[in-house]
Amino acid sequence: MIRVTLPYHLRALVRVDGEVRLTLDGRATLGSVLDALEQDYPVLRGAIRDRLTLQRRPFVRFYACREDLSHESPDTVLPAAVIEGLEPFLIVGAMAGG
Amino acid sequence: MSRVRVLVGTRKGAFILTADGQREQWEVSGPHFAGWEIYHVKGSPVNPDRIYASQNTGWFGQMMERSDDGGKTWEAVGNEFKYEGVPGTHKWYDGTQHPWEFKRIWHVEPSLTDPDTAYAGAEDAALFKTVDGGRTWQEFPSLRNVKGDLWQPGAGGMCVHTIVLDPKNTDRIFIAISAAGVFRSDDGGQTWKPVNQGLKSPWELPDPDAQVGHCVHRIGLHPSRPEVLFMQKHWDVMRSDNAGESWTEVSGDLPSDFGFPVQVHAHEPETIYVVPIKSDSEHFPPDAKLRVYRSRTGGNEWEALTKGLPQKDCYVNVLRDAMAVDSLEPCGVYFGTTGGQVYASAQSGDTWSPIVRDLPAVLSVEVQTLP
Repeated sequence: MIRVTLPYHLRALVRVDGEVRLTLDGRATLGSVLDALEQDYPVLRGAIRDRLTLQRRPFVRFYACREDLSHESPDTVLPAAVIEGLEPFLIVGAMAGG
Repeated sequence: MSRVRVLVGTRKGAFILTADGQREQWEVSGPHFAGWEIYHVKGSPVNPDRIYASQNTGWFGQMMERSDDGGKTWEAVGNEFKYEGVPGTHKWYDGTQHPWEFKRIWHVEPSLTDPDTAYAGAEDAALFKTVDGGRTWQEFPSLRNVKGDLWQPGAGGMCVHTIVLDPKNTDRIFIAISAAGVFRSDDGGQTWKPVNQGLKSPWELPDPDAQVGHCVHRIGLHPSRPEVLFMQKHWDVMRSDNAGESWTEVSGDLPSDFGFPVQVHAHEPETIYVVPIKSDSEHFPPDAKLRVYRSRTGGNEWEALTKGLPQKDCYVNVLRDAMAVDSLEPCGVYFGTTGGQVYASAQSGDTWSPIVRDLPAVLSVEVQTLP
């Protein structure tokens, strides 16, 4: 079970107050977590990454266990603490806009 | 007794203002979608409880929400606005060609006959349609074929910001694009033609016969006479008496013919409203006085409507989608400002009072007249 923390705007969009919890079938990579998140919450398609290219939107960042994973490959395996559900995978709106 | 529901889109959420037919005591609900830019909120004329809201942020892109209970609750619907085929390129600010890129939906226009059908105007300029209540959207790609390579973004972006449906001819649609001009379809959106003859933009378009490239800010019509169009252009207020085939200037004695919205009185087809703004570089009212101007002669002769509006030290703007009328008697007129005020007049503009004063910057105002 993977815990995912969404930013305020996206929590409001999917009508979730706290964390989102995902169950993955295969390896817990950056890409597979986002796939599962969009599978469970289709309204998030296009909000975190481009629908076609799957590139991260410019003002979205990914963090886990105090590490910035924003620039990592989608195949990057998430930290063990995230996979074990001890730490959340964080999706964050970047500081932008002044 | 009739009621009115005013749908307000702002930089940081949507607000719904309701009153009875007297339009004196108002209830304010919101912010809905707090923190999101709400470019436009509009209800279906067939089913007024069905309302569409276009929401956007720079972080997370475009969303579309729908309410089926008059704005009490909302559901996120489809947000995939995909250009058909290879969208090609348009003119960029430096004159080079630039690829089409979707950015946001500026305007949602529900069908006059079917609550599941609505049109959406996009930046970069395109027109989309849904027939399933907003779950899926399809583009009319032929619009981009009308000299799209010559279209160029205005300062606000290259957007379809106005969609006007002809109430007497369901196949006829007018749209306006900054900065490309007005386009008309007579076959439900399958084909389009530019209808900009008579517009003059000498600084931007030295060619007086240029078919596209005009910075049209807003067009409007009266439902009883849809062949008569009124336009607020970047500069100039214009009218057409032949569905856009030709335009003549009716700026007349306005203190400035720059501005954004234009609206038509609900019961008097020759009574129109504009809000003059000083210039394209100074987006505030001339002489720091917020004045709505009304013409009862379809243009050229204008009167300033000032009662209840600030007449000194006022430096707000009124954006193109931020003015609307109700269909009560007398006609109510409403507009919102970039300073967060929403003003209402229940006397066709003779006197004004603020419904709210301190909202985020207002992007759009629509009114529903309810039984």
